[in-house]
Amino acid sequence: MAQFFHKSANNIARISMILGVVLAGTAFYVYTQVARSSYLTGRYLEKQQPVQFSHKHHVGDDGIDCRYCHSTVETTASAGMPPTQTCMNCHSQLWSDSEYLEPVRASFRDNKPIQWERIHDLPEFAYFNHSIHVAKGVGCSTCHGQIDNMPSVYQENTLQMEWCIACHREPEKYIRPKSEVFNMNWQNSDLTDDERLELKAKNKIRSRELLTSCSTCHR
Amino acid sequence: MRDLKEIQLAMQPPMVEGDHDFGSVSDKIGDITLKRKTPFHWFIGFGIAFIVAQLLMMTVTTLLARGIGIWGNNQPVGWAFDIINFVWWIGIGHAGTLISAILLLLNQKWRTSINRFAEAMTLFAVACAAMFPLLHTGRPWLAAYWLFPYPNTMGIWPQFRSPLIWDVFAVSTYATISLLFWYVGLIPDLATLRDRAKNKYFKFLYGIFSWGWRGSARHWHRYEIAYLILAGISTPLVLSVHSIVSFDFSVSQVPGWHASFFPPYFVAGAIYAGFAMVLILCIPLRVWYGMKDFITDTHLIYMGKVMLATGLIVVYSYVMEAFFGWYSASQYEQFMIYNRIWTGPYWYMYWLLILCNGMSIQLLWFKRFRESPFWLFLISIVVSIGMWLERFVIIVTSLNRDFLPSSWAMYSPTMFDWSMFIGTIGFFFTLIYLFVRFLPIISIFEVRTLLPAANVHGHPSDFDESVLGVEYTYDHTDPPNK
Repeated sequence: MAQFFHKSANNIARISMILGVVLAGTAFYVYTQVARSSYLTGRYLEKQQPVQFSHKHHVGDDGIDCRYCHSTVETTASAGMPPTQTCMNCHSQLWSDSEYLEPVRASFRDNKPIQWERIHDLPEFAYFNHSIHVAKGVGCSTCHGQIDNMPSVYQENTLQMEWCIACHREPEKYIRPKSEVFNMNWQNSDLTDDERLELKAKNKIRSRELLTSCSTCHR
Repeated sequence: MRDLKEIQLAMQPPMVEGDHDFGSVSDKIGDITLKRKTPFHWFIGFGIAFIVAQLLMMTVTTLLARGIGIWGNNQPVGWAFDIINFVWWIGIGHAGTLISAILLLLNQKWRTSINRFAEAMTLFAVACAAMFPLLHTGRPWLAAYWLFPYPNTMGIWPQFRSPLIWDVFAVSTYATISLLFWYVGLIPDLATLRDRAKNKYFKFLYGIFSWGWRGSARHWHRYEIAYLILAGISTPLVLSVHSIVSFDFSVSQVPGWHASFFPPYFVAGAIYAGFAMVLILCIPLRVWYGMKDFITDTHLIYMGKVMLATGLIVVYSYVMEAFFGWYSASQYEQFMIYNRIWTGPYWYMYWLLILCNGMSIQLLWFKRFRESPFWLFLISIVVSIGMWLERFVIIVTSLNRDFLPSSWAMYSPTMFDWSMFIGTIGFFFTLIYLFVRFLPIISIFEVRTLLPAANVHGHPSDFDESVLGVEYTYDHTDPPNK
């Protein structure tokens, strides 16, 4: 009886066994990477805003404090988006006839807020409060990156749970003295390990168990 | 000594009846898939099973669209049909593994002609079982990160201290090993089918799946080792899988669940239910396909005896359950027993259970019932129902009245609970029918080893090749041993 399969079928079978494992492994690796990619998280992506507001200019060049615009960051869950009136504090005098700022003046005239595109969008099932993070010594730049270097703001981190929980597990690695919270240039290496632990106690940061309890963030 | 062994062998009833040689065994089993016209009753049976399986499709679609609220389970009975049916199906699978692994290691010859479809039964039962907890998650496409530890974007692992996660590992290991065991056992037979198939598509498919098996001595040598290793791995699974399933209950504190004897109780119940299902499948099968030579009355009697033994362990467990309720001196445990047996709303379920699982099995003490396929079939069906009732009693009567009377509530299944359960039965039989049609239902090469010709005593020169009944084609493509 003639052989039904050619001799090469043996090699095809062997190769397919190895290939199957390699393909499955590759597919798994690709999956774990795609799940963290900016395609899904929106990380590093700039958005077209109604007015091309530059944080680099206002914070970096002019030295305006974060809280001048995001005024509720120390007291409420939301950091607060400034009303057009805040812009007009200066821009009624500065560049008051600039074409570039016409949407701002229009908003002021018509009493209609500017529709900014949201950059940092946490899902609704995650309870997040700015004030507690600021109060415990988490700096703006720890999560938002060096805003003073961003002509157009983008999301510096993934905002995925593994990123949140990394800090909730070991907050001492990420905190800074309360006086430095709004300092954009503060470096993590400015403190030694012991100083950080001391700071954790001083800022009364709760235990790892409490910070990583499900209902701390999912209420 | 040798005389004694021979006497023992002679006293054993033959495992293959009729006048068979190697060739006729291959013909008889292989022809079901290859030569014989698909019998009319196959189409009827497959058609019914397939239609019933559509109930499952309908339920799953509705469930995914509307959520698990379509089921009747709600607090305090948070687990109901989904877990009852899961445990029921998983238990049924256990007989297949017991037959294929433990009986192999114990050198029980009677496993040979029933192991193939018992293993298929295991696989299909595990497939039905796995559907229930997966769909109980409501969003099975997200279940991967709830159930499996992998580097997910949440930075957390499943709760390793929970028996539910042990269950995921137990069941997925069980499914993998059962599939491998079944498939490895099939390879020599698939090669037989490949060589006998006339249709070139079948030849191709059987050829692909037989992985170039040529039956050389080296192939057999490796095959025997692989099969024995898989049997070794499967053996602890017979005990571990259902033990872990029982932990889902016994690790919790609910009265009626929190008992240390649950693992052996569940394992015995699983084997009991599994043998009942094997009997339900093989009694009609051997008649419809004329397999009485291979699945002899002796096989049925042996299975009946296993059922009797495991059934008695289960009955003992029922007695112990009641005893523990009393002996615990815990008012909740005692109340649970009264509630379950007498004063509760589901008391009749308990007595139905005792009737099905405890009483019916006593008939098997008598030779008359044990030797009658009709009675065995009937008792098996009753036992299958009884084992389902057992899980209902354990799960629902424990949950519906637990510690706080203020949170007591009744449970009643909805239409979708029933359609899902009945749908999986349809799905199971659909797979069984496809298996019967396309694969050898009995292990051809292993049955050959039971023939007298496979156990020739005497000098090789006396050996008459004609008893083999097959023509040998010598294979020259096999490379020499290195």
